[in-house]
Amino acid sequence: MPDLLEIDDLQSFYGDFQALHGVSLRLQAGQVLALIGANGAGKSTLLKTICGLVTARKGTVRWRGADLLGQAPNRVVAQGIALVPEGRRLFPSLSVEENLIIGGKVARPGPWSLRAVYDLFPILKDKRNAPSTSLSGGQQQMVSIGRALMSNPDLILLDELSLGLAPVVIKDIYAQLPQITGSGMSAILVEQDVTRALAAAHRFTCLAEGRIALAGAPGDHTRDAISAAYFGT
Amino acid sequence: MEFANILIQGILVGGLYALFAAGLSLIFGVMRLVNIAHGDLIVLAAYAALVVVNATGLHPLGSLIIVVPLLAGFGYLLQRLILNRTLGKDLLAPLLVTFGLSVMLQNGMLAGFTADSRKLGAGTLETASVHIGPAISIGYLPALMFATTVAVIAGLQFLFYRTALGRAFRATSDDAEIAQLMGLDKRHVFASAMALCMAVVAIAGVFLAIRSNFDPFMGPGRLIFGFEAVIIGGLGNLWGTLAGGIILGVAQAIGAEINPGWQILAGHLAFILVLAIRPKGLFPRIEG
Repeated sequence: MPDLLEIDDLQSFYGDFQALHGVSLRLQAGQVLALIGANGAGKSTLLKTICGLVTARKGTVRWRGADLLGQAPNRVVAQGIALVPEGRRLFPSLSVEENLIIGGKVARPGPWSLRAVYDLFPILKDKRNAPSTSLSGGQQQMVSIGRALMSNPDLILLDELSLGLAPVVIKDIYAQLPQITGSGMSAILVEQDVTRALAAAHRFTCLAEGRIALAGAPGDHTRDAISAAYFGT
Repeated sequence: MEFANILIQGILVGGLYALFAAGLSLIFGVMRLVNIAHGDLIVLAAYAALVVVNATGLHPLGSLIIVVPLLAGFGYLLQRLILNRTLGKDLLAPLLVTFGLSVMLQNGMLAGFTADSRKLGAGTLETASVHIGPAISIGYLPALMFATTVAVIAGLQFLFYRTALGRAFRATSDDAEIAQLMGLDKRHVFASAMALCMAVVAIAGVFLAIRSNFDPFMGPGRLIFGFEAVIIGGLGNLWGTLAGGIILGVAQAIGAEINPGWQILAGHLAFILVLAIRPKGLFPRIEG
């Protein structure tokens, strides 16, 4: 199967600070990739570079074989890549439903619609007209996921889904992941909770200080090896 | 009865101030841009109407058919080609650039139209009025200006909260980075907001030109009235801006009644008073 996403020797910067030092990875259609690593390892930077929010000075990102780097973020989403950002970042002056509708502005063909999102997260239907700021953290995360799904992406980038949420809520949200990726959608899952991320993923890549420390299928490596890569020991 | 008349005249003038202010409020709300050239753009619209009326023989209000789209198009290009480049974390850049634009507009209009003051004649509309009782008279023109302001603000409010474009404005204002990931091009969203602002500016400019004499240097004065109306009303609230304009207009009318020289001063005093008591304005909706 051809690779959906091919990243080679990617070097990203915030001003003069280099956050990624030559990262390479491959993702196939339908695959879930867990991106793990300590704080500051470059996980979010990698997602933001894919989306066009952070600029890379060197390397390539190819999407379905075509160059993706340098494209404006609003064009990246049109090609089928959606981000669920760290901290959820809903639009506070929009209602729940408006947040979802704006996510569907780039309406690519596919199974996701307002109704499908409400079926996935029924609580959102009850709160459709509520200001997005009035929701609990878990419900806001549902809106953020729903907002990304509304564009019917082929690849969904999930940045720190569990951050700041209660364990029971995290469990609920992760329980819905197979429903989302089951439709053939690929996902890159950035997660602090390594056990949970590895359980949900086909493959993983562990970053440390902007470099790849370890990669493979979760079963390929021992816990100790993953842990050593994670902590850079 | 006389006091009631003062109040009514003040409210009607306040409508015009709110019209000056509506575009300012819109632009600040969407992109946190303080447009120092806003008053000069209103005067530019007045001159544009003058040119159109002279060239076509249209009634000044009829000239809106041409002046509104013309100014909206100008606003789109102004934002797209110049102002978008100034927006970022530094608030000083757009202030300096719009200040420079203000100077250029004033001197450009001076070169093009001389310093002579001009006026657009609207025929009987200027003098016609209806009398309510012995002491109150309401001019058709001030009443039309006020009704237009209410309609413009209601229209903007509808657009902001009930349409896809308004949703795009609010989302981009909330979080421009994430809004782009929804497929919104913020350069286009901001330029659309400026186009809308300039459409309102066009209406304000035509009313300004009918109501009183204008010259190339009266922009900054209109900017101050607009600013005061926005700040009295509270940032990001268009109905608040209307209230702010009315408070300013009424204060000026009362000041003028006490002493004709106090008209402008009374407006500024009312502004300072509101700032002292409610620093965020009367009905704030967004944090500055």
